[in-house]
Amino acid sequence: MRKSLLRLEGLTKAYPGVVANDDVSFDIGEGQIHALLGENGAGKSTLVKMIYGLVKPDAGQMTLRDQPFAPAQPSDARRKGVAMVFQHFSLFDAMDVAENVALGMENPPPLRDLARRIRDVSEAYGLPLDPTRLVGELSAGERQRVEIVRCLLQDPKLLIMDEPTSVLTPQEVDILFRTLRKLSSEGTAILYISHKLEEIRALCDEATILRGGRKIATCDPREKSARELAELMVGQVLHPPERPARPMGDVVLSVDKLSLHSNNPFGTSLKDISFSLRAGEVLGIAGVAGNGQDELLLMLSGELQAPSAQVRLKGQPVGHLGPNARRKRGLVSAPEERLGHAAAPDMSLTSNALLSASERKGLASRGFIDWPATEVFARDIIARFDVRTPGPHVLARALSGGNLQKFVIGREIELDPDVIVVNQPTWGVDAAAAATIRQALLDLAGKGAGVLVISQDLDELLEIADSFAALNEGRLTPVRPARGLDVEEIGLMMGGAHDMHVAQEASA
Amino acid sequence: MIRLEKRKEPSKFWRIANPFLAVVLTMLAGGVMFAMLGKDPIVAIRLIFFDPIFSETFGSYSRPQLLIKSAPLILIAVGLAIGFKANVWNIGAEGQYIIGALFGAGVALAFFPAPGAHIFPLMVLAGALGGFLWAMIPAILKTRFNTNEILVSLLLVYVAERILAAMALGLMRNPDIAGFPGSRDLRRYEAAHNAELFAGTGIHWGVVAALIAVIFAYAMMTRHMLGFHIQLAGQAPRAARFGGVAPARLVVICLGIAGALAGLAGMFEVSGPGGQVRIEFASGYGFTAIIVAFLGRLNPFGIVLAGLLLGLTYIGGELGQMMLQLPGAAIQVFQGMLLFFLLALDFQTNYRLRLTKGVRA
Repeated sequence: MRKSLLRLEGLTKAYPGVVANDDVSFDIGEGQIHALLGENGAGKSTLVKMIYGLVKPDAGQMTLRDQPFAPAQPSDARRKGVAMVFQHFSLFDAMDVAENVALGMENPPPLRDLARRIRDVSEAYGLPLDPTRLVGELSAGERQRVEIVRCLLQDPKLLIMDEPTSVLTPQEVDILFRTLRKLSSEGTAILYISHKLEEIRALCDEATILRGGRKIATCDPREKSARELAELMVGQVLHPPERPARPMGDVVLSVDKLSLHSNNPFGTSLKDISFSLRAGEVLGIAGVAGNGQDELLLMLSGELQAPSAQVRLKGQPVGHLGPNARRKRGLVSAPEERLGHAAAPDMSLTSNALLSASERKGLASRGFIDWPATEVFARDIIARFDVRTPGPHVLARALSGGNLQKFVIGREIELDPDVIVVNQPTWGVDAAAAATIRQALLDLAGKGAGVLVISQDLDELLEIADSFAALNEGRLTPVRPARGLDVEEIGLMMGGAHDMHVAQEASA
Repeated sequence: MIRLEKRKEPSKFWRIANPFLAVVLTMLAGGVMFAMLGKDPIVAIRLIFFDPIFSETFGSYSRPQLLIKSAPLILIAVGLAIGFKANVWNIGAEGQYIIGALFGAGVALAFFPAPGAHIFPLMVLAGALGGFLWAMIPAILKTRFNTNEILVSLLLVYVAERILAAMALGLMRNPDIAGFPGSRDLRRYEAAHNAELFAGTGIHWGVVAALIAVIFAYAMMTRHMLGFHIQLAGQAPRAARFGGVAPARLVVICLGIAGALAGLAGMFEVSGPGGQVRIEFASGYGFTAIIVAFLGRLNPFGIVLAGLLLGLTYIGGELGQMMLQLPGAAIQVFQGMLLFFLLALDFQTNYRLRLTKGVRA
């Protein structure tokens, strides 16, 4: 047994209407890589925020190296040796790496010294980083390195990492893991938050599993199978989705050598995209965030228009058509961002059902809305996709992420499309809801629709896709059959790791 | 320590209660202001808010005035509210009102002195068209060059005022009376006169038009895809685009509706209660209507109530000037306070104040 670094005892935190953490206790040992595992809403974030001084516990206490530890704010926590890398980076695009790091320090040294220290630390830990580069030019993986290096400069005793691999290619994940193991061997403990089970089994010494705000178990993840961990996390037996064998039909959607300029200054332009999708096929498109996924979805949904003949739906040119005209012809979509894009947060579920269904469901005649029929449609979605909500009058933003996602995907599936395009269908969704959504997409393909899934979750794509391509800086790789692909190959399709050779030299 | 906490859902209670509370606070603060001016606050408040309707002495004059003053406010505010819902901020209804009046009067003066039942309908169309065209300037500049409609529409008010003055002194001046600015009196030209429809009520065609606009606006906002899209665009612009809304089209529609309604209001005013094109024709209805729209919670029926209330302050303000020698600006201060208090109170629709113990950085 290692010596305890941080001990949590009976931590409890309640918000109006929900107990986020209920009597949570566990130990993190010196130099230990400790996983905190749980679904969305299990209370991981609240727990971590308490350790980092962002939230005050209602009850319970913490001790750090046998001293009482009750940080009133993050700077207290940092002073005592706790550092955190957030899932969402707080970096300024228009400043260079060293300037960004200096902004997060209480007494930053002169920039030139800081740049040298950044270089030293990044080399020592195999995280190649040029302190003079503008953050706006960095990839997501490189930005994460900035955040990590910023933490390492404080020489922390405990490093908290919140879902760090969601923005990384498999190769970048390897680099990160090497760094974390090195830190651990030097005595820095790491609290690693994730719901990716294989990663946790590969990296962590110990795992604490939260469900519904309570601690369910603390175990050695290497002694459990991923399935066992998942069932502890979800609290029920999981069924992998069924993929009935199905014949592939004709090409229903094709894109031909399409280049499209992004209308967002920080967006990614699409470059020379070509692919085709057949009836009954599930095409998975992988890629690290920000490589053109949003633009691809907008281009297919009709929110961005393209030269008409370069996008064809069942052979007909549709590139010039807007979203409703494409829906009418059988092409529906579900964007990544649920609140604000796929659904209007402050509108009821009934109104949100109308949002994309008015055309195909005939919910408006000569512009006049048939509200009773719309409500019936909303109720249908709620019932068929097991959306947990008091009723269709509830505002979209009152739903949990998983429930709203089921509603949004369900709405599009209920439109009985010929082609459906979804971006990140299960992002931030609990495992049970994710399984429902994947099964629904597979069922739709089984009925003969073409399904295009854009996702950053490789496990998801390998689970449901028949064929596979990857987006990298706005370019799409050739489509390949998904069967027989391994994670290494996929990683290379996604662009490998940026500056990987440097990293290997540094870590060698 | 006092802390602000965002509510999970906006409070329905405060949404409805705040306009009433704002009126009460305005009365209190107004009373203090009058006391500082050396007037009896209770008498002044009564004179402004109650006497125009309930007084035996003034009632017979001021009761019909209520509809005459409120109708243009309601007509303009209904149009503005539609745009505000879509986050299209037309602040220049005053200008659209003036141009509508000039277009309407222009048609009348062109036909003078010919009789004919077709003249008044033509004036109505011209008035709506004038306001619509004036509103198209900010609309097209916004959709084409991404200019800010708040600035453009507001600045065009001053352009419209100059055109009004030029018309009153030049092209539209009454040729029969030398030396006086101002057009012919349309009330004396039967074919163009927007007369009282029922004697002693103040109801003229503008009041009818306001009612129709309220009902249409309500039906459109609650039952029609266009209203749905307008609300969608205001609340969640990306979701609106996903729902197939073309933002540029919506900007044109919102500014167009508001402009046409403001133009109508101007036309009904110049051919009725106003009577002629004069330099001082514009009396701020277009600006006051912004207060009406917000006080009425951007809801057409709420706007009717708010329009009546602000119409009342116009009449009460005139009474106050006559009876108590209140300064004319007092009434504008009143209207301003109303909006100020409403916006301040609306904070608690979305936030709640919390008293907390201890200090947190």
